[in-house]
Amino acid sequence: MKIRVDPDKCTGHGRCYGLAPELFSVDDYGLSSVIGDGTVPPELEDKARLAIANCPEYAVEELAE
Amino acid sequence: MTDVRPVDNWETDFDVLSPRYVDDPFSIWDELRTTCPVAHTDRRGSTWLPTTYQDVVDLAHDIDHFSSLDITVIPFTGEEPDEPVLPYGVPPISADPPLHTFTRRLLLPWFSHRKVESYEAMTRELCAGLIDGFLADGRADAAADYAQQIPVRVIAAILGVPAELSDTFTGWVRAVLEFADDEEVRREGTIGLIEYFVSEVERRKSDPGDDLLSALLQTEVDGQPLEDSIVLGVAALTLIAGVDTTWSAIGSSLWHLATHPEHAKILATDPEAMPLAIEELLRAYSPVTMARVVTTDVEFQGCPMHAGDKVLMNFPSANRDPQAFEHPDEVILDRAHNRHVAFGSGIHRCAGSNLARMELRVAIEEWLRRIPEFRVAENADVTWAGGQVRGPRSVPVVFP
Repeated sequence: MKIRVDPDKCTGHGRCYGLAPELFSVDDYGLSSVIGDGTVPPELEDKARLAIANCPEYAVEELAE
Repeated sequence: MTDVRPVDNWETDFDVLSPRYVDDPFSIWDELRTTCPVAHTDRRGSTWLPTTYQDVVDLAHDIDHFSSLDITVIPFTGEEPDEPVLPYGVPPISADPPLHTFTRRLLLPWFSHRKVESYEAMTRELCAGLIDGFLADGRADAAADYAQQIPVRVIAAILGVPAELSDTFTGWVRAVLEFADDEEVRREGTIGLIEYFVSEVERRKSDPGDDLLSALLQTEVDGQPLEDSIVLGVAALTLIAGVDTTWSAIGSSLWHLATHPEHAKILATDPEAMPLAIEELLRAYSPVTMARVVTTDVEFQGCPMHAGDKVLMNFPSANRDPQAFEHPDEVILDRAHNRHVAFGSGIHRCAGSNLARMELRVAIEEWLRRIPEFRVAENADVTWAGGQVRGPRSVPVVFP
């Protein structure tokens, strides 16, 4: 599983970081980005799905394999 | 004057200040979503009320047609002074780009995840101290004695208000926000706050501290220091936007837990349940409705909106829309799909959302740590405030 944050959609709600701090980092303005290249270790896939399903801006996306 | 005519038709003549809307807006929104998803009223000027998730989000994102220059749900009806204290309003919330853009960038780092962590210990200590004050009584007002005491004191610390002035400062802010219908009390609070901040701005120019107000005064934009009135506006915003909003979320959540002991038990015993539960409580009891002003005539969902009309950003109703949330009226503590917009949507996403979330979590954690079992007192009068910010004024609880 691989994910990304669309920087044009993210407005800094911080929901992804709050639910899955292992996968995202946020800057001082709240804007989020994936840690590393966005590859999700199998044990964190549930958390990644949670982050996707809780973003109010639909900014967190799963990338097609 | 407040328009108190009873409402016969919610589609064409709604009133957000009607007792029914304040007490139970949910049934009104449910009906409107199926019959007339964008309602209208001419009370207090031509105003539109969207009720579905998609409409509210679409409106929030269309900043060209829907401006934030007036975000008040209940318009100010008093006389405007000749020289307003805050000629720029309270940016960035009441501003469009470019004023919005740079003032928001100044404010956001003070409410980043990292910065908010540094306020957590102080918040926890504050909550514990409040509980110490009433624990032995076996009863308390979870809204007035607890929820309404927390956010203002946290913001005061961030603004650099000294601890010994905290009670006075809290009194001023509560006078403005909680006792707004009492003209005299409100005026005293407003004057207290304005005089305090105007004198502090002068003092901190020469003797800056490690606080938001001092930092704003040190800031230069394009080589020029910020105008005092912009600094005052941003400082005022932290109080207007960061106090009764958060105390309403805390109060509503404690009311929910007082009336749902099975939920209180889960949160008291399973700390891992907290992150999703906090978001669910924010969704179900979203306190804040904002407003926008229509900039040019536009048709939205078949509604002819005219320049100057108000549109209410009905985030609380969006969060109860069955098209966006399964069983929206049920509080499901571990709800996994929850794109709630309690903090808004788009470029005006609440700048203090991280702080609000931390305060809500810590307030609940500290309460449940000391008072795991509690319920609403018998024959108690739980009363709600409504309009722009919905939350309980009074939640008398007992914990035998």
